[in-house]
Amino acid sequence: MAIVEVVGELPPSKYAELGLGRDKLLRMLRKMVEIRRFEERVEKLFFEGKITGPSHLYLGEEAIAVGVAEALAKSDVVVSTYRGHGHAIARDVPMVAVLAEIMGKATGTCKGLGGSMHAAISVEHGIPVATAIVGSGIPIAVGMGLAVKQLGEKRVIVAFFGDGAVNTGAFHEGLNLAATWRTPTLFVCENNQYAEFTPITKTFAGESIAARAACYGIPSYRVDGNDVIAVYSTTVKIVEKLRRGDGPVFMECVTYRKKGHGVYDTAWYRPREEVEEWMRRDPIERFSKNLKELGIADDNLLKNIEAEVEAELDRVVEEAMNAPILPFEQLKQFIYST
Amino acid sequence: MARELSFAEALNEALREEMRRDERVIIFGEDVAVAGGVYKVTKGLLEEFGPNRVIDTPISEAAIVGAAVGAALMGLRPVAEIMYMDFLTITTDQLVTHAAKLRFMSGGQLKVPLVVRTQYSLGRVHGSQHSQFYPAWFLQSPGLKVVLPATPRDAKGLLKSAIRDDDPVLFVECGLLYHRYKEHVPEEEYLIPLGKADVKRRGDDITVVAVSRVVREALEAAQRLEERGISVEVIDLMTAQPMDSETIISSVKKTNRLVIAEDSVKTGGLSAEIAARVAEEALEYLDAPIVRLNSPDMPVPFSAKLELEYMVNADKIVDAVSKLVG
Repeated sequence: MAIVEVVGELPPSKYAELGLGRDKLLRMLRKMVEIRRFEERVEKLFFEGKITGPSHLYLGEEAIAVGVAEALAKSDVVVSTYRGHGHAIARDVPMVAVLAEIMGKATGTCKGLGGSMHAAISVEHGIPVATAIVGSGIPIAVGMGLAVKQLGEKRVIVAFFGDGAVNTGAFHEGLNLAATWRTPTLFVCENNQYAEFTPITKTFAGESIAARAACYGIPSYRVDGNDVIAVYSTTVKIVEKLRRGDGPVFMECVTYRKKGHGVYDTAWYRPREEVEEWMRRDPIERFSKNLKELGIADDNLLKNIEAEVEAELDRVVEEAMNAPILPFEQLKQFIYST
Repeated sequence: MARELSFAEALNEALREEMRRDERVIIFGEDVAVAGGVYKVTKGLLEEFGPNRVIDTPISEAAIVGAAVGAALMGLRPVAEIMYMDFLTITTDQLVTHAAKLRFMSGGQLKVPLVVRTQYSLGRVHGSQHSQFYPAWFLQSPGLKVVLPATPRDAKGLLKSAIRDDDPVLFVECGLLYHRYKEHVPEEEYLIPLGKADVKRRGDDITVVAVSRVVREALEAAQRLEERGISVEVIDLMTAQPMDSETIISSVKKTNRLVIAEDSVKTGGLSAEIAARVAEEALEYLDAPIVRLNSPDMPVPFSAKLELEYMVNADKIVDAVSKLVG
């Protein structure tokens, strides 16, 4: 049987042992709130008809992007997906550039040529790829790992993907290649339990996704993906391994979408009891409660964070709405370099 | 006497020179390292450049090209080998949907300087699944360059340019030509630019545009037709994407007749695109209908005799030209 290390919720009493100070903890909370409120704005703008095209929200999964990003160095590289707004915000891509991209504006991360599904692409912030093809980022991340190894760099590559990706050929080919080449790649599966509308129970027959990865000879973790500190502390440990050159590592983060697959999807196919159960494990509420328990946050401080984020988002929405769209005549220059 | 190399040797020399010149160039693919490639194109490279730069992979075509995309994004210049063109279908997500589009859809933030080398084995009695030639599919992927060398000398100069190019290049070789003949290949450094067709033979009466293996057939046909007093201009397309219509159209404006000969099946092949461009831009210069010589719209048959009938050759080109230039 494949060996998988399981990491459950970490009690707040452990935070100090992990060397997590007040500033770091509050930064993590702030980032999670930014993602949450940002995505709620996207949803609102969509229903107001101010955003067109698909937007796949990161609501409910905030702990994963933030927990991973906080464990990385600036020079590390992330391969994101079409559900990537959260990855971008966690890596400090300005929210206004992400929203402008979602709106197809010239001031967006990709000048409006990518849209929501590629809005996370920002080379400057270490996110060169956000793919809209499920599973495809996996072999790309393996090649990136090969490159940094070849160039003698100590950077690590993190590939995010969902549970749907683990049934693609790219997943299997990519994991095997990473294990064979021993690339410094961290595979992060955001297991939100649904491949679009279909529950994982209908698409997956193995013991767990983490166990499947372990079959390729890759050390594998199964982590409570709604606990930002569980994700963070596991990633810290993994990144050390990767920098030592010990080969790839896999981390399944078990989580749940707060909403549907895309902003248009009401998620009618999910049983009410299941949804209610998961809403009780909301990553932001849990983390806020823990910080209060530790005396790091109180209601007043939480209210201030919310107010600051909302005010910033007011500015972000206004700026993105008013941004121009690239003239069609300028598109040709982006097809070829030479 | 001038030094002569086979197609495979010329490609090998291009790879060797570029790997010596630039340590970011790496090669990976199935059996490219220890075995030196199934057709010996990468022979001796492992010995010279070591296992970090010449790497055998599992049989995972999607991951091979995916890894090339990733390596290219992070600053290497990977040359990935896909053993048969038939296996490209498994890689098309990475090649078409990632490599070709990442620069555009990132608003110019990215470049993907990779080369995917592959070969088609039509004429080698390999049957329907190891003989296909379908470069025209990739014309539908702006952002990708598609290069089709026809001679050893061109193969070397074009491959060197492809490796140095900042855009993704699909480099399609002809397996039948690898060891078929040798020709003079200069020892000194030279590059052949991508995106340019090459007039291989000057002529006045008719233009024959040919691709890859068929260029040699067209030149042989031209030789035979000259003996009959027909002067044929032979153009080697060399790069299918971006396509050099200018060279073709200016030739047609001079000769007023056009035959297009290539190894794709007829419907939707390269010849269809070339014919469409000439019809759009130079219809009034044509004294006769455009003739396309392709394989018929059927999978490649196995038996050597049937496969030969299936393929375009010098005889078919001579016949077509003779009918047009009466």
